[in-house]
Amino acid sequence: MKVEQISIFLENKSGRLAEVSAVLANSGVNIRALSLADTSDFGILRLIVNDTEKAKQVLKDNSFTVGKTEVVAVEVADKPGGLAGILEVIKDSKINVEYMYAMIHKSAGNAIIVFRFDESEKAIEAMRKAGIKILKGDEVYSL
Amino acid sequence: MLWNEEFETLPREALEALQLKRLRALVERVYAAVPYYRSKMDQSGIKPSDIKKLSDLSKLPFTTKEDLRINYPFGLFAVPFDQVVRIHVSSGTTGKPTVVGYTKRDIDSWAELMARTLYCGGAHQGDVVHNAYGYGLFTGGLGAHYGAEKIGAAVIPISGGNSKRQIMIMQDFGSTVLMCTPSYALNLADIMKEMEVESSSLKLRVGLFGAEPWSEKIREGIEKRLNIQAIDIYGLSEVMGPGVASECLEEKRGLHIFEDFFIPEIINPETGEVLPHGEKGELVFTTLTKEAFPVIRYRTKDITKLITEPCSCGRTFHRMQRITGRTDDMLIIRGVNVFPSQIEHVLMSIEGVEPHYQIVVDRDGALDIMEVQVEISEEIFSDEVKVLERLGKRIEREIKDLLGVSCKVKLVEPKTIQRSEGKAKRVIDNRKL
Repeated sequence: MKVEQISIFLENKSGRLAEVSAVLANSGVNIRALSLADTSDFGILRLIVNDTEKAKQVLKDNSFTVGKTEVVAVEVADKPGGLAGILEVIKDSKINVEYMYAMIHKSAGNAIIVFRFDESEKAIEAMRKAGIKILKGDEVYSL
Repeated sequence: MLWNEEFETLPREALEALQLKRLRALVERVYAAVPYYRSKMDQSGIKPSDIKKLSDLSKLPFTTKEDLRINYPFGLFAVPFDQVVRIHVSSGTTGKPTVVGYTKRDIDSWAELMARTLYCGGAHQGDVVHNAYGYGLFTGGLGAHYGAEKIGAAVIPISGGNSKRQIMIMQDFGSTVLMCTPSYALNLADIMKEMEVESSSLKLRVGLFGAEPWSEKIREGIEKRLNIQAIDIYGLSEVMGPGVASECLEEKRGLHIFEDFFIPEIINPETGEVLPHGEKGELVFTTLTKEAFPVIRYRTKDITKLITEPCSCGRTFHRMQRITGRTDDMLIIRGVNVFPSQIEHVLMSIEGVEPHYQIVVDRDGALDIMEVQVEISEEIFSDEVKVLERLGKRIEREIKDLLGVSCKVKLVEPKTIQRSEGKAKRVIDNRKL
């Protein structure tokens, strides 16, 4: 029930983000979702792509520092209160969200929210009990 | 003004006779009391009786920081330990500091030297000496303190830090003589500006600045902004601490070396050969009077030249030019000696951190800013910002713990720090001295 995410270390200097996307584009890797965490000195780019292993390899070949993490993706109706309902469940289970980001699933008209929890298994269990739709990796890679 | 007219104006011939007498006694004493020196002299085939004239000094082996490290902590002390009344340390190249000791008489000599230094700057009884050199293991604070008391001045032992309070005290107590590093003097000027304190509201008249290299341009800045006369003083803990050499107010051109206590030599740092007066090279000192921690031909790694022309102040001591560089990669950050190898030592002690780093030194206003750039590796990389920030903070803390000087750690992408063919370029010093 988890989704693979790659993260890339980026120094804060112009052009680095462009280089990452160019490397991926040249290898035919398609980005499904992304978020960028930034500090004054560096950024961490997090991506979900259609081919995690390939993306990781080509980025490494181009001297980027790449990590792989498992995150949880859930689908929620694209309407007011959609996110609030999920976070309520998470809060009640005393699970912490390390970070999250969202995207709109065009064809389904739903929103997809990607979570990094401190306790993923517990979060999945709690959300499943609450009837929240958790997406499988393949469902996200092939969006 | 001269503190000790008799010795400070000795005719060169008499001075050299005194030096020879003291040198021979020193070599005898050290040979008898310190096994390490004895074995080094034996290896070079030199006996104390071979020192017959001053130029024979060059027959003796050099002493280096490495010799001091090998003998950590007390191996080079030349008196029974119960004769030692003070211990100071300075930073070493590889974590372990260099330890120096003083007997009661050494402390008296040191006070004499600092009294002379203060007189070089025109200080006297009745002055209020604001001593912002750090008190503690660093020799600056206590060294300056004893000299100031010796001349009968009122000492404010304020040590470093808390600049606003320093300025308030200078205003309220009427400080007339400032002693600190030149960069700290500039920092005080900046804070004064922030606090809207005019230099005319202070009674400061002169500043004695040392413990780090500085330039004529910085002198001009300090003199103008603080409305004082600024003189350069020199010393190092291995030789004594502050009080080895000082500029005089009369000329402010070269630092008089107190040659009745120390013999300076200038050598070619590569061959070790003694260079003629006036040529630039590495400064080497032999202590003539020190009891607890004498050094023979200690290599300072500072680059300078000797000036032998007579000085209008009347002192017959030769002068050394302001320090213009180092033969090693030592940095002086806010008055603290920093060796890149110490930073490397910290980095290598943290699991997953690669030994690819670079130290960038800048000056923000008057303060030295040290940034340590560390290449990120896959092992330490995380998708979470807080993990990386925590790592940066940890490195900063450990460097601060070891060196006593704060820095900023910046994580950079792999392979972005330039690799060089031979010696890695570890330091980029952007300070314009």
